[in-house]
Amino acid sequence: MLTDITIGQYFPGQSFLHRMDPRMKIGLLFMWIVAIFVFDSQVSYGIFTASAILLALCSRVPILTLAKSIKPLWMILVFTLLIHMCGTPGEVWFHIFVFDFTREGFIQGFHICLRLALLIFLSSLLTFTTSPLELTDAMESLLSPFKCIGLPAHELAMMMSIALRFVPTLIEETDKIMKAQQSRGVNFESGNVLKRLSNLVPILVPLFISAFRRADELAMAMEARCYRGGEGRTRMKELKIRTLDYGACAGTVLLIAVLVVLKVEGI
Amino acid sequence: MSIEIKNISYTYMPKTAFEHQALKNVSFTIKEGEVTAIAGHTGSGKSTIVQHLNGLLHPSEGQVLVDGTDLNKKGSEAIKARQLVGMVFQYPEHQLFEETVEKDVGFGPRNLGVSEEETEKRVKEALDFVDIDYETYKDVSPFQLSGGQKRRVAIAGVLALKPKYLVLDEPTAGLDPRGREELLSRVWGLHKRKKATLIFVSHKMEDVARIADRLIVMNHGELMLDAPPKEAFLEEEILKNAGLTVPATVRLLTELKERGFAVDPAAFTMEEAARRIAKAVKERRRGTC
Repeated sequence: MLTDITIGQYFPGQSFLHRMDPRMKIGLLFMWIVAIFVFDSQVSYGIFTASAILLALCSRVPILTLAKSIKPLWMILVFTLLIHMCGTPGEVWFHIFVFDFTREGFIQGFHICLRLALLIFLSSLLTFTTSPLELTDAMESLLSPFKCIGLPAHELAMMMSIALRFVPTLIEETDKIMKAQQSRGVNFESGNVLKRLSNLVPILVPLFISAFRRADELAMAMEARCYRGGEGRTRMKELKIRTLDYGACAGTVLLIAVLVVLKVEGI
Repeated sequence: MSIEIKNISYTYMPKTAFEHQALKNVSFTIKEGEVTAIAGHTGSGKSTIVQHLNGLLHPSEGQVLVDGTDLNKKGSEAIKARQLVGMVFQYPEHQLFEETVEKDVGFGPRNLGVSEEETEKRVKEALDFVDIDYETYKDVSPFQLSGGQKRRVAIAGVLALKPKYLVLDEPTAGLDPRGREELLSRVWGLHKRKKATLIFVSHKMEDVARIADRLIVMNHGELMLDAPPKEAFLEEEILKNAGLTVPATVRLLTELKERGFAVDPAAFTMEEAARRIAKAVKERRRGTC
């Protein structure tokens, strides 16, 4: 039931994408995204698609699982394609009602869709290969330069990791409460909207109570261990940029150089 | 009439990186009027198995039959069969939510469409059974009660459904010794007075020894042992592998027996153990004189 949901999409593994420093991964992802917007010729899109697929293969995350990450987006993709097809003037392919579907529109729409799909695909590759904890660590580290203008980087990262930490716990709790109430004759699967909404009360009330109790206990436990914010804290797993990360960085720079040359040459 | 568990297996999160087989080909039958204890350490599959008993989980393979009806079937028959099995979860007080004790205990029966008068009658009965005074507490918020009282109110909430089989998942967890004692004797009374069929999960062997007719030991999702406690406690090796301890009295008597005292180790209360030791000591004196 509920416990069958995986939160965060992290897929444990040992590939080089898994072992890279999360800060480098975020940085490089950012560069790739900019590159995808800047270089929009057909050849460069071919290169992007090919390298995205290559990366996915390297990550050893099952392709099917990866493809599912685009699933929530496919309605938007189809819609974009249709809008472009009937909004762009050119050679008419077919005609429905008052709309003319053009060939040029299709090509342009396909471009936009591919761009969107690539963005989502690459970003989810990041979340698939980076555990939520690594991500928050990276966030803290990347935000720390802004501390001097008063941004509470450590506190933000701590809140985020606590929130992430408790998502599975709360899901488990919800599952348990649902089962307990089901055992008392609540039927979550049928009934009209009003009935279903009122069925939420026996779940939400105990869930909130337990969430507050947990928050209280956690705060107490943190204080008991003398937690007092980020000042002067060291960590067990230091993030470190290693050869692997420089390699990946060099690869990206090379890729972008090739794309620049192609663009200048006008291919 | 009985609950039959036939060759069930259960896998959590199948076909993902987190796949985990919690039950492997488990079968047993629970007869009406029996008190069955299910024991095992954390992760042995005992909680998974009890959730199969009223259809909260459906087996990946195998069947669960309650009074002959397969719980996995669709339709009203299976729903009726599920309602025969009442389920008290671990820390049941975490499921309380209503404004008053009366409403919370009556929540179950009202869901099943029981009439108002009948519901009131059942609530009174159930609260009476767990030793909570109806008149004093019916309009009190359940969140104002003490821990032990909350738990008893929550158990009353399940009793008000009038289940034929009652499943309790570690009913005494987190209670102080007195609360444990009270709850156990209440539950035991339910069996004595009403001939209720009880199935309870516990790793307190003392509790098991006191009220169970039968002990099922689980380990790594497999059924290791299914026997009356008296016999089960003598299988020290299996119990140890399953991460369970034999009651202190049995341990003491076994050790005495090994040192040459003529005692039968199957004693589960302190009084009984003391009597047996006294008897053995007397016999030994008589022998040496």
